[in-house]
Amino acid sequence: MSLRTQQGPYFGSFGGRFVPESLIAALDELDAAYSEARTDPAFAAELAELHRTYTGRPSIITEAKRFAEHAGGARILLKREDLNHTGSHKINNVLGQALLAKRLGKRRIIAETGAGQHGVASATAAALFGLECVVYMGEVDTERQALNVARMKLLGAEVVPVTTGSRTLKDAINEALRDWVANVEHTHYLLGTVAGPHPFPVMVRDFHSVIGIEAREQVLELTGRLPDAVAACVGGGSNAMGIFHAFLDDADVRLVGLEAAGDGIDTPFHAATITMGRPGVLHGAKSLMLQDADGQTMESHSISAGLDYPGVGPEHAWLAEIGRAEYRGVTDAQAMDALRLLSRTEGIIPAIETAHGLHGALELGRELGPDGIVLVNLSGRGDKDMETAARYFGLLDAKAAERAAEADAHPTAAEEGQE
Amino acid sequence: MSTPTIASPVAAAIAARKEAGSGALIGYLPVGFPDLDTSVDAAVALLENGVDVVELGLPYSDPVMDGLVIQKATQQALENGFTLRQGFEAVERIRSRVDAPLLVMTYWNPVMQYGVDRFATDLENAGGAGLITPDLIPDEAGEWMSASDAHALDRVFLAAPSSSDARMRQAVESSRGFVYAVSTMGITGARADVDAAARGVIGRLREAGATSACVGVGISTPEQVADVLTYADGAIVGSRLVSALAEGGVPAVGRLAAELATGKP
Repeated sequence: MSLRTQQGPYFGSFGGRFVPESLIAALDELDAAYSEARTDPAFAAELAELHRTYTGRPSIITEAKRFAEHAGGARILLKREDLNHTGSHKINNVLGQALLAKRLGKRRIIAETGAGQHGVASATAAALFGLECVVYMGEVDTERQALNVARMKLLGAEVVPVTTGSRTLKDAINEALRDWVANVEHTHYLLGTVAGPHPFPVMVRDFHSVIGIEAREQVLELTGRLPDAVAACVGGGSNAMGIFHAFLDDADVRLVGLEAAGDGIDTPFHAATITMGRPGVLHGAKSLMLQDADGQTMESHSISAGLDYPGVGPEHAWLAEIGRAEYRGVTDAQAMDALRLLSRTEGIIPAIETAHGLHGALELGRELGPDGIVLVNLSGRGDKDMETAARYFGLLDAKAAERAAEADAHPTAAEEGQE
Repeated sequence: MSTPTIASPVAAAIAARKEAGSGALIGYLPVGFPDLDTSVDAAVALLENGVDVVELGLPYSDPVMDGLVIQKATQQALENGFTLRQGFEAVERIRSRVDAPLLVMTYWNPVMQYGVDRFATDLENAGGAGLITPDLIPDEAGEWMSASDAHALDRVFLAAPSSSDARMRQAVESSRGFVYAVSTMGITGARADVDAAARGVIGRLREAGATSACVGVGISTPEQVADVLTYADGAIVGSRLVSALAEGGVPAVGRLAAELATGKP
């Protein structure tokens, strides 16, 4: 049976539409429009042309040779979604949905954002297509991602800080859903990940599947074979679904999602939804989630705003359940070490989200040994994270920077100290 | 409706008000706000001041259908340590003091985590009449349909101005007690005008065979209650009551309920 043909609304027992009745008409309308568009050659051609002339697709793959020296000698290949316009994979989905919004005659788009990558991408598409754009962002995230807030505003979007609940991504989604219920007639909710009610998990996955389709060809061309493992960070799970999807039927290719383990999965401060969560309903779909015994959503914790989410897309929950993909936790400290290591060895500063995937690649490389090939989705660039990184590594204080440099003189030792 | 052999005390209460030449006033308050005891007293005050059916909300961490007033109240209840156990306790305590039907309004995940059948058992034992489920559509409600039949509980589904005719029929056929007609495309909260859309939703529900259909979202004055009752079987007031409780405690809730009840002709 092909695993690539899943079209929802259910993936095994996960998925569905758990939303107020007021939204069902809009979801039906979106589902119909998307079903029509996905088989329409004109739609595909328009999106492909946008990707060629605006996004900068196909994105390249880069072999990270010096980085790979820290990964047991395995080959590490980076799928460079960080080189897309707006600096992350998020643009793939945003352009697809913006085209659909145009088809539906909607003049306003709303979006939620955690790290700001999806918000920036949405604001960008709105500017490109002349749509009104409102981005909901948890107040906590507007503070830790201030630069992205400025970017969205410069692009002409309104950024609404969400002050309810835990004031992070989950609450931004709640607020976007409330806006959508009230304004659904002229507004499209441009959901940024493979979560939410049907058809979002399928549609967002399809728009990102270009990542895996390109990468699979590129790896074959470069190495003459498929990779042993594909690694990607997982918050909601969009970049991971995007790169996993083309490999779902390649049974010998391990698919490994790296979740944010925050301070550690043995502490209450993590966002490792698949590793530690239970089935439940959040944001319109049945999936795995972090929750207490009463079903109240628990607050997640991660140094990375984009992974700081207590839910995950239903297709990931299903892939975990059937054992096709495996999911591991990566702590804040492990991710930040990987971020610094890639910066120092390859001259590429990744997003903190992406760094979780990079740590996973280091682990996988060591497990596979010198013959192994690991493909990693380099989902975003780290510019937006400079303030967090500078504070974390003490780079803003001259003396602290010196100490960091000293410690870094022996990166391998420091790395092993983490394991 | 779909299972006429199961008697619904809520539908009976609404029908009785209609026979008296009026319609029902339904009042919403969340459990545990500002604290458990006060929320029980406030619900009793509603029923002693002209409210016919109480809708008791269970605080939930991600209430996507609720506006700021109810969000703030339920968040405070959660911060005070609300548990589902207290929900059943509140139902039992209110029912022991006033003989009137009491529905519980809850988002779906708490029910799912508690166990749908176990939830139905405990709700029945506490004397609750059934559930209003704002984020559960009949399409996803298989388990709840069975459990509510097994425990003779009401199940109130929502109908919106945007619902298709087929979905209106589905809401009518799936619901027991009444169908909750969402007055406007939006979330809970008092509004100056209750949409003309409400009248349209009720009309379409009637065409789909509804005999018990109540309007909610946005209703806050006796005039609005009176207006809604000219075409609907019941009027649901929520946020305004929560505001009254926050500002003036149980006496204010009682006064407001009595005032709203003057809207019943």
